[in-house]
Amino acid sequence: MAQTYRDMLVDPMVDNNPITLQVLGICSALAVTSSLQVAAVMAIAVTAVTGFSSMFISVLRSQIPSSIRIIVQMIVIASLVIVVDQVLKAYAYEISKTLSVFVGLIITNCIVMGRAEAYAMKNPPIASFVDGVGNGLGYGLILMMVGFIRELFGSGSLFGVTILETVNNGGWYVPNGLLLLPPSAFFVIGLLIWGFRTWKPEQVEEREYRIQTVEAH
Amino acid sequence: MEGLISLAVKAIFVENMALSFFLGMCTFLAVSKKISTAIGLGISVTLVQAITVPANNLILQHLLAPGALAWAGFGDVDLTFLALISFIGVIAAMVQILEMLLDKFFPPLYNALGIFLPLITVNCAILGGSLFMQNRDYNLAESTVYGISSGLGWALAITAMAGVREKLKYSDIPEGLQGLGITFISAGLMAMAFMSFSGVKL
Repeated sequence: MAQTYRDMLVDPMVDNNPITLQVLGICSALAVTSSLQVAAVMAIAVTAVTGFSSMFISVLRSQIPSSIRIIVQMIVIASLVIVVDQVLKAYAYEISKTLSVFVGLIITNCIVMGRAEAYAMKNPPIASFVDGVGNGLGYGLILMMVGFIRELFGSGSLFGVTILETVNNGGWYVPNGLLLLPPSAFFVIGLLIWGFRTWKPEQVEEREYRIQTVEAH
Repeated sequence: MEGLISLAVKAIFVENMALSFFLGMCTFLAVSKKISTAIGLGISVTLVQAITVPANNLILQHLLAPGALAWAGFGDVDLTFLALISFIGVIAAMVQILEMLLDKFFPPLYNALGIFLPLITVNCAILGGSLFMQNRDYNLAESTVYGISSGLGWALAITAMAGVREKLKYSDIPEGLQGLGITFISAGLMAMAFMSFSGVKL
């Protein structure tokens, strides 16, 4: 195998990030990032589901007839998500209330399906597990970055602990309420993508139309 | 009746699936380059949503809810933890059936929607609609209205987005922001516009 396990873990975080480059799993990335704690729980849940679903599908890969593989993958993923959902309800009830339907929506998170289809169907179990975890972490990284920005500047705290004392509590920081509202997630991710692509110019998309530069005489 | 109308308005504008819950974002960003395809996808989502939400509601109420199996002698069985897996099963099956029916009876519509139908199974807006239905305890009438109107809301959002993007491709955007980046920012601005509906009640 040309790639080492370390490469497989690190590569999806920066060079081949599922959110900024492959445009997968955006739904939950936007919805659950208004506080860092919720984002962290979501990141862990997705990493666990991606890792284990890739592993199980890879174990089954020679038994699955290709005509019904999507359904089989769906069943494996849905069962894992049910386990995660029940664990969250049992041990972190408050957070599972905040996440509401988004735990269930891990089933339709394209990252999970995407890795199962693109990698786990062709590779051995351990490699698939590492690949799944790597992609889950790449997703989690973006989720945590967005959660960090939104919670720090939106309510002046991190993980619920006050960092910037807000005006309402007698401090100096005027919180930016926009960051707690849904649209800000779009802006933060849009700007993050801008940052990533300026840092790694090979990720920039080709333009459909170029503005023609006319040389002066 | 008034309750249903207000539910419909709420689902289309105030709690727009795409722009305030970010459901179906993957397809929302990927298939919104042309208005015509966006409309096609919007129609298919509305259609599937209108069928699956009430169907899942029936399954939830008559098979999975606590005490629903009393007629079979399992009065104290609570199967709600199976809701996720049965919803996704119903959605996959419905999409398949719809595809076959359209192919047989409405070939022009089938050819127009063709490639989008299978994609819809993994569109989070569809599963999200059913999960919201479960979360909010809608009855059959409410879930039918909710299914149709949340689908319409999603269709409205993706069509508007495609309109913006068709104009956007002629504009001069910084290199790094090209493509995905600017799409996110314009979606954010649209979401802000939709937020002005919040608080509207009928």
